Amino acid sequence: MDKEYVGFAALPNQLHRKSVKKGFDFTLMVAGESGLGKSTLINSLFLTNLYENRQIPEASARLTQTLTIERRGVEIEEGGIKVKLTVVDTPGFGDSVDCSDCWLPVVRFIEEQFEQYLRDESGLNRKNIQDSRVHCCLYFISPFGRGLRPLDVAFLRAVHEKVNIIPVIGKADALMPKETQALKQKIREQLKEEEINIYQFPECDSDEDEDFKRQDAEMKESIPFAVVGSCEVVRDGGPRPVRGRHYSWGTVEVENPHHCDFLNLRRMLVQTHLQDLKEVTHDLLYEGYRARCLQSLARPGARDRASRSKLSRQSATEIPLPMLPLADTEKLIREKDEELRRMQEMLEKMQAQMQLSQAQGEQSDAL
Amino acid sequence: MAVAVGRPSNEELRNLSLSGHVGFDSLPDQLVNKSTSQGFCFNILCVGETGIGKSTLMDTLFNTKFESDPATHNEPGVRLKARSYELQESNVRLKLTIVDTVGFGDQINKDDSYKPIVEYIDAQFEAYLQEELKIKRSLFNYHDTRIHACLYFIAPTGHSLKSLDLVTMKKLDSKVNIIPIIAKADTIAKNELHKFKSKIMSELVSNGVQIYQFPTDEETVAEINATMSVHLPFAVVGSTEEVKIGNKMAKARQYPWGVVQVENENHCDFVKLREMLIRVNMEDLREQTHTRHYELYRRCKLEEMGFKDTDPDSKPFSLQETYEAKRNEFLGELQKKEEEMRQMFVMRVKEKEAELKEAEKELHEKFDLLKRTHQEEKKKVEDKKKELEEEVSNFQKKKAAAQLLQSQAQQSGTQQSKKDKEKKNSIVRGSQSGMSFSISRLTIARASMDPLNCRSWLQAIQ
Repeated sequence: MDKEYVGFAALPNQLHRKSVKKGFDFTLMVAGESGLGKSTLINSLFLTNLYENRQIPEASARLTQTLTIERRGVEIEEGGIKVKLTVVDTPGFGDSVDCSDCWLPVVRFIEEQFEQYLRDESGLNRKNIQDSRVHCCLYFISPFGRGLRPLDVAFLRAVHEKVNIIPVIGKADALMPKETQALKQKIREQLKEEEINIYQFPECDSDEDEDFKRQDAEMKESIPFAVVGSCEVVRDGGPRPVRGRHYSWGTVEVENPHHCDFLNLRRMLVQTHLQDLKEVTHDLLYEGYRARCLQSLARPGARDRASRSKLSRQSATEIPLPMLPLADTEKLIREKDEELRRMQEMLEKMQAQMQLSQAQGEQSDAL
Repeated sequence: MAVAVGRPSNEELRNLSLSGHVGFDSLPDQLVNKSTSQGFCFNILCVGETGIGKSTLMDTLFNTKFESDPATHNEPGVRLKARSYELQESNVRLKLTIVDTVGFGDQINKDDSYKPIVEYIDAQFEAYLQEELKIKRSLFNYHDTRIHACLYFIAPTGHSLKSLDLVTMKKLDSKVNIIPIIAKADTIAKNELHKFKSKIMSELVSNGVQIYQFPTDEETVAEINATMSVHLPFAVVGSTEEVKIGNKMAKARQYPWGVVQVENENHCDFVKLREMLIRVNMEDLREQTHTRHYELYRRCKLEEMGFKDTDPDSKPFSLQETYEAKRNEFLGELQKKEEEMRQMFVMRVKEKEAELKEAEKELHEKFDLLKRTHQEEKKKVEDKKKELEEEVSNFQKKKAAAQLLQSQAQQSGTQQSKKDKEKKNSIVRGSQSGMSFSISRLTIARASMDPLNCRSWLQAIQ
């Protein structure tokens, strides 16, 4: 054994073992109007039948439907790695004739998960914190229009600071290649114009090989992903079954990169950036929520009165007590500060006046 | 209305046989020739979301390029855009009007989306009704703008109708011939299409929406209409681009996985739509619009205005009489309103006059007050001026006396005179400064009396 060898190069292996033992959990939200292929895509992505026996309501039932949040959980395993996947669905989004504020239940749901985590984190027993926060939101854009619609913009604006958004064009087999490019371009422009922050892929390390960098650049270029989903197997000849959609004029292959961006999406979501999505949710979005929440506690009545009252109503364990008396004294200090400032201003004004009148008197004397 | 022809109603018409060729079998031809020379008129309304393919389908149907700018999703409300075109095929001229719904389905709150459409359709009916009711009318010359067919574009979600579709079609079904079509149908696979179509039709039936029924009473077209009706709603694909297929060019959409041919009946129902809409039933659509939808509108409108076919005594009412009665009533109401308005106007004028008089009086009073104060001030100034003049004259005397003393002192002795001079100079200077001080005091005094006069303040400071 080399005397110079210490052995902490084995750390990654230890981390690997621990994480395999612990298992992973991931919460994915899918949002968008009905009929854009959301359920089919989820089934295709994770090769499960999460949505069996679906009952799709009739149009007359959907006239005034409000949005509901549905959670479906499933445990999937691959190569010894266990993943507890939760898919959050938003049926009823955009269905009724008047869709004003229909995104509010979604925003509330996301914030509730943050709240729950905040409470758990501030609690006394932190051994088994269940992370139910939404790590990623796939937002489906219709391929039949000419870009983002007002409802899309309103929803994205409401959630973009609270969850990682990955925009996706559903049913992309309605678009010819140049139409796809034009639509993607239009959507990218609109996102920039409306200042909507979608999930940004982290930059490649400079020491990665060229191939990887190229792939990464390609992937970033193809956002929003134009996807086609299917659970039907269309060709059984080759080495693996190929899933796709069969038409009279041809067959769309879901995993063919020339047909759609499904592979890119799967690679990005599952193979390379799953952990990054979780980290961004925890380090950026959750921290932002936490900071806003605690700040608004310190200044009661300023903003977020609703969240505060909800917290005090729902929690069994109260907010850490030292917060409240501190809040009062801080308020007093602030008030006194205000008074002092006002008096200072008055003093200055009077001084200026006096100087002016003095100057006048001197001038008249000089004459 | 029409005067009843004196014909006993229980007598049957006798069938006579002709012994030779008379020639009235050319009547349909005469009719056709007449209409052809006049030209035909057809108006289509396209209702559907932005980007669903309305303009492209029209281009494909009529084999031309109707120029128009594609709309964005940011329209604040629904508005209708109508464009008329003159087309000619063989010796038949067609005046085609295409009406588009711009901004349909884009707003977040779509409660009022159907209203502009219904208003437009009613407006066209109204225009025709007005023409019909004129005394001097020219119906044969009239450019008929009533909508003959409404193509309702359904989005290919694969599930069912959208709630907006249901609401809108329900509002339109009694006003216009609705032909529902599934747009961008190249996104639905065959097995899904069948399910989707039957879902849509059952939803329409269960909600009582009356779509246009292709006529099956004439034997020549009954069969084709019946077979085509089974395929409703037609799943269409539109394209103006041509792709080389085999050895000729055809309208198609080219995907990496295949080519969708617009005119291939295995790929989509475009050919069926064209047959039904243009080649077979165009005239029937126009007729239905006139005899069913327009008559319904006319009846409702006239009933609203108070017309009835028979009066309480069950005698047929003349349209003209009722019209006259209504007109007189209306004029009477107008006069009453005019009177009311006139009275209100007079009252308002009086009020305003009183207010103005008050204001005038106040102004006069103020003016008097100001004048008085001004005069007082002036007197004060005069007094001060006199004081000043006195001082000046005193000073002059003193100066003269001092100068005299000076000259006397010079004559007596230079040393003493120097001292005296300095003394006198200082006195003079002192009195001079005293003098200027009093002048500035005066200006300040003057200025202080006239507080609003900035200029005098300025002079005082200077």
